[in-house]
Amino acid sequence: MVYLSPVYVADMCILPRPRSPSPHLPASELRAQASCVQYRLVVRDVNTLQILQLYTCLDQIQHIEWSADSLFILCAMYKRGLVQVWSLEQPEWHCKIDEGSAGLVASCWSPDGRHILNTTEFHLRITVWSLCTKSVSYIKYPKACPQGITFTRDGRYMALAERRDCKDYVSIFVCSDWQLLRHFDTDTQDLTGIEWAPNGCVLAVWDTCLEYKILLYSLDGRLLSAYSAYEWSLGIKSVAWSPSSQFLAVGSYDGKVRILNHVTWKMITEFGHPATINNPKIVVYKEAEKSLQLGLGCLSFPPPGAGAGPLLSSESKYEIASVPVSLQTLKPVTDRANPKIGIGMLAFSPDSYFLATRNDNIPNAVWVWDIQKLRLFAVLEQLSPVRTFQWDPQQPRLAICTGGSRLYLWSPAGCMSVQVPGEGDFAVLSLCWHLSGDSMALLSKDHVCLCFLETEAAVSTACRQLGGHT
Amino acid sequence: MRKVRPREDLCSGPLSFSSGILALEIAMGDWMTVTDRGLSSESKTISQYTSEIKMSPSSLYSQQVLCSSIPLSKNVHSFFSAFCTEDNIEQSISYLDQELTTFGFPSLYEESKGKETKRELNIVAVLNCMNELLVLQRKNLLAQENVETQNLKLGSDMDHLQSCYSKLKEQLETSRREMIGLQERDRQLQCKNRNLHQLLKNEKDEVQKLQNIIASRATQYNHDMKRKEREYNKLKERLHQLVMNKKDKKIAMDILNYVGRADGKRGSWRTGKTEARNEDEMYKILLNDYEYRQKQILMENAELKKVLQQMKKEMISLLSPQKKKPRERVDDSTGTVISDVEEDAGELSRESMWDLSCETVREQLTNSIRKQWRILKSHVEKLDNQVSKVHLEGFNDEDVISRQDHEQETEKLELEIQQCKEMIKTQQQLLQRKAFEEERASWLKQQFLNMTTFDHQNSENVKLFSAFSGSSDRDNLIVHSRQPQKKPHSVSNGSPVCMSKLTKSLPASPSTSDFCQTRSCLSEHSSINVLNITPEEIKPNQVGGECTNQKWSVASRPGSQEGCYSGCSLTYTNSHVEKDDLP
Repeated sequence: MVYLSPVYVADMCILPRPRSPSPHLPASELRAQASCVQYRLVVRDVNTLQILQLYTCLDQIQHIEWSADSLFILCAMYKRGLVQVWSLEQPEWHCKIDEGSAGLVASCWSPDGRHILNTTEFHLRITVWSLCTKSVSYIKYPKACPQGITFTRDGRYMALAERRDCKDYVSIFVCSDWQLLRHFDTDTQDLTGIEWAPNGCVLAVWDTCLEYKILLYSLDGRLLSAYSAYEWSLGIKSVAWSPSSQFLAVGSYDGKVRILNHVTWKMITEFGHPATINNPKIVVYKEAEKSLQLGLGCLSFPPPGAGAGPLLSSESKYEIASVPVSLQTLKPVTDRANPKIGIGMLAFSPDSYFLATRNDNIPNAVWVWDIQKLRLFAVLEQLSPVRTFQWDPQQPRLAICTGGSRLYLWSPAGCMSVQVPGEGDFAVLSLCWHLSGDSMALLSKDHVCLCFLETEAAVSTACRQLGGHT
Repeated sequence: MRKVRPREDLCSGPLSFSSGILALEIAMGDWMTVTDRGLSSESKTISQYTSEIKMSPSSLYSQQVLCSSIPLSKNVHSFFSAFCTEDNIEQSISYLDQELTTFGFPSLYEESKGKETKRELNIVAVLNCMNELLVLQRKNLLAQENVETQNLKLGSDMDHLQSCYSKLKEQLETSRREMIGLQERDRQLQCKNRNLHQLLKNEKDEVQKLQNIIASRATQYNHDMKRKEREYNKLKERLHQLVMNKKDKKIAMDILNYVGRADGKRGSWRTGKTEARNEDEMYKILLNDYEYRQKQILMENAELKKVLQQMKKEMISLLSPQKKKPRERVDDSTGTVISDVEEDAGELSRESMWDLSCETVREQLTNSIRKQWRILKSHVEKLDNQVSKVHLEGFNDEDVISRQDHEQETEKLELEIQQCKEMIKTQQQLLQRKAFEEERASWLKQQFLNMTTFDHQNSENVKLFSAFSGSSDRDNLIVHSRQPQKKPHSVSNGSPVCMSKLTKSLPASPSTSDFCQTRSCLSEHSSINVLNITPEEIKPNQVGGECTNQKWSVASRPGSQEGCYSGCSLTYTNSHVEKDDLP
């Protein structure tokens, strides 16, 4: 059952999603949801949307982030080189970090939720500010790359890509005291990304897209393995670890995903993304625009007296296409940089059973692969290009948005699309699951809508609460 | 040919033939050859000729026949009349005598008694001479005719050969031309090939060149990048100095009060100790990870061992019921290996062995498994061969037998079975009666005599039935060879789901093999204890076999297709349901 909250104005919205559930904070407590409008930060209850706190910052907020224990929120104002931190428990507590003339391009929490890592302009250095002590640490020569910083899931270690003397290095820090644990150079031309395995023992390092190269380092800095699928043409575009740390999926510009195993670090299989699907075993869901009569399904919903608009019958629905199906392809422009080809998005389901991918020259399709059987499981073809997708953190359920006014959900049982209500079109540009998997935030350019996927009872209580509130 | 040879034998001796004539003889008819011989002999010596005539009366006869058949020409008569007139009879006679004697004829005159006496004309000799001459004339004519026809023949042969020759010449010419054309084509193709090779080489060179270009560009690019990066680094350094070392007062944190650490502990100073602790911790984490992985691998190993064990057990149970049979059949290839199976069975009882993972045990295990696998494989191959053989035989026959015939045949056989059944029934009844009657054999002599006739029938039945049982034996063979062939298939299929389903539908795999064994026993003893086995006994078994076959086909489906297919259809239905749920 899908249920949507009223839309409210917000530039940004974040749900608490700690890297690892904090030991002293039950998941049920993660009820707050932060959003910002201009220079105001609004914290609401996830279920009731009741405003819990309201903070005012010094300038327009450009970035907000929850601390891992969901006790603090940082608001970054890059233009001013400012970071402001607010406490949920103590509304009067405040903290302001000014980077001054060094400038600020990125700010993030350390996994313990007591340190803030600020990257200065031109990647001159990273400043680590502590909320517990006066100490400030500096890390010089951070590399300016798309994914140059990564924390282990347990929050113990941080790996940082560095560049010195035209060579790539990786530094591993202990997060508790920011001590350098290991420092080693990597055999890469121009390192582009690093990512810890979820078990925190293996670090994947991949090279620039000009060269297909992925290196695997142990926590102690030993090179475990190097893998290269081909030469000359453009290489790696996306990388994802399976939550079990058992597989490493590498998406590349040749439109294939290669799955490496964690024992030999060799390729187990490769998933091609052809534009035609011939295998009759694969279910192809095709979104179809259709006016649907108000069905019986509507009657089962709570009465519309509640302030929240219940899900109306959507105009689009999925049809199961009969094979062979040819998917819409995009002709890549070869004379432009960053061509729209290859696997740009990759995500494993939380149980590691499924892998969702998107081939950028078939932008309307999401491919779901069965990792147990190492084969294609389902394909969803949307009417418009897929903007993003995210797995439910609790179960194999994939949420997809295409920049339209609909949310799409896939699970092994089937597919559905949900219309976001409201005047005008609510263009869902991105989405964010709540840790519990019960709800998610849908974000348009300047609006937020919460989406609940709960049991009927939970929905009705939420409705009642909302009704009382309004 | 055949006729010529005896004549040759007949005429052998003084006669010698040139090969050309012989060839002609063969070409011409039988009687002609005879005259030819005469001719040829004539051309050599007349004495021989005469002797020949004397020797072969048959040829003489034929000559006479010829003489009568062809009349002399009138010209000859007129010529003779012109030669001799009333006046010159004496001279002509003497001339002729002279001439004839020179040719070896006997003199026309009677032998003189005195030297001065005038020699008298011997009419008999004249007539003889004339006859001889006439015969000669006829012969010559015939020979001439022959020669002429021969000539004609040779002429036509010549023509034919000439035409042949010209044709062949033409052919030669055309083929020569063709050859030249082909040579030309070959040359062209070779030329093309060379060109293509050249092109390929050029392309390869081009590729190499391009690769070199790419590589050089890449190095150049990297070099430039490095240069720029160095410059950039210099700038960064300068900027760093300018911005960071100026003691920018603005760079600061304004905080109300410091908060406690997330873990509740107090922060500690960084010392050598913490460094060591961090190292320790890191290695601990790594160690834990490795231990975890080792545990997983051990578990996996254990699982695999279990599967292996089970497989082995099943293999042994599968192979052991059959080991009697191959021995009976004196199949030495399997017979020797089966003793190993027994050993292995004993080995297997030591379950503790499975927990060990030392090298020797592993080797043993793999060896025994391999051995069994080999047995199984050879067995399956053998069965496959048998099946294919049976199939082939059947196929060869069925190649011509239509379906209708087949059905008719089966109908006939069924009828036969029915008849046999009835016969046996009556037989049994009669046997019972016989026992009853034996008690009172004395007063039922008539009946007893009937019985003896029945006994005759009985013996016939036995024959008939043994024939039937023979056919059943063949059936059994087919069934038997089919059954085990499928069993290994199930083993090789391996998936436990499939196995369980199999065991559900089939009574259990070993029992089917037992079934086969009993079947074979039946067939072996059927000829001896005919009366013990009735067709009713056999038929249900056959039916049973078919039933198991059917069951199998049902059971095999889930393993092969349903696994995915049903899952697929499930999602289909589910998705439909899901959609229905949607408002």
